[in-house]
Amino acid sequence: MSDKKILYYVNQFFGQIGGEEKADVAPSFVAEKVGPAAGFEALVKDFAEVTGTIICGDNYYNQHEAEALEAILGYVREQKPDLVVAGPAFLAGRYGMACMGVCRAVEKELGIPAFTGMNVENPGVDLGRADVTIVETGNSAADMRKALPKYAALARKILAGEKITPEADGYFAHGIRETIFSDKRGSERAVEMLLKRLADQPFKTELPMPQFDSVDPAAPIADLSKATIALVTSGGIVPKGNPDHLQSASAQQWNKYDVSGEKDFKADFCTIHGGYDPTYANLDANRVVPFDVLSDLADSGVIGGVYQYFYTTTGTGTSVANGRRFGTEIGRELKEAGVDGVLLTST
Amino acid sequence: MVKEIERYGIPIVHMATITTISQSVGANRIVPTVAIPYPVGNPTLGAADEYALRKGLVERALKALQTPVDGPTQF
Repeated sequence: MSDKKILYYVNQFFGQIGGEEKADVAPSFVAEKVGPAAGFEALVKDFAEVTGTIICGDNYYNQHEAEALEAILGYVREQKPDLVVAGPAFLAGRYGMACMGVCRAVEKELGIPAFTGMNVENPGVDLGRADVTIVETGNSAADMRKALPKYAALARKILAGEKITPEADGYFAHGIRETIFSDKRGSERAVEMLLKRLADQPFKTELPMPQFDSVDPAAPIADLSKATIALVTSGGIVPKGNPDHLQSASAQQWNKYDVSGEKDFKADFCTIHGGYDPTYANLDANRVVPFDVLSDLADSGVIGGVYQYFYTTTGTGTSVANGRRFGTEIGRELKEAGVDGVLLTST
Repeated sequence: MVKEIERYGIPIVHMATITTISQSVGANRIVPTVAIPYPVGNPTLGAADEYALRKGLVERALKALQTPVDGPTQF
């Protein structure tokens, strides 16, 4: 038996308090190994001891996160573990959010290492993977038998102070680029990769691209002559003087401007986008947003009309999360306004 | 942004110069444009020619809005 101490976090279900009807229970601590903590300890007992289990209802955590974390961090402070382990939450969304939030708080507030585990589709993965170590698991408790050995192996490495990696230890990559030494310079590695690719041999990129989900294409417009078309841009086109202070990079906001009654942008609009040469757009913003052409097509009856507002933001250095949020907010407005189609220009 | 707007069921065309990004992110209707600082213009042309160029791009985009697609498609 080692003197390393591990504290375990589970929800009301795995904590054997009850099901959905007990999801509102506040955090509690028991000096026992409850639920998965027992199976986990059997795998780590050579090098660590599970000194207790914190149990919290999933609804309680998600609806009273500040209070829940205060209580949970209090138990962790009292117990002074060397490691906190949560879950696995599999595909349970509220449980995943709780496990992720507990691990993040334990590491950030107390400086104690922590990890959890869940299925790739659990929303906790997207929201937590950048700074929380989340072991990839199956989608239900049927995977517990396979998940716990991964937990035990990771716990052993962390407690021994060994380096962990997403590939070797099966957790979701944090997406951090590391500086490493290589015996070959980049150009050689790139050419080798290219030759392998040309020869249809397996190769491994040094910079995996993020994976984006897909969205079903919307149905086409049936009658263009009755359609209201909206203009949206990530090209940073704003009224001169930038009255709403749209950021020139890493946008935190989008803005909309009423252009009903106008026919084109000339003279009144410019770009504040910090990622391209503004000379041409400042002379004529229609080069970035085709407002003049679309107005004329509305006048000649080709389209039903141009939507009265045009929407703008800056698409350089802007996070994917903000891009998503802008799209969700703008889309909601366009939907409510009954807009039939959108032209979105990017620079 | 393109995808989140389309999630509401509104057809949307992404008019962009770096279409590889647009394609890899998963925009469903894509119209390739002229250049990063002037996607729907060209300052080396005279005013009339530049307008005609822009009109051509917008007409292509409107065609895309009227065309059924089943995944990222360039027009």
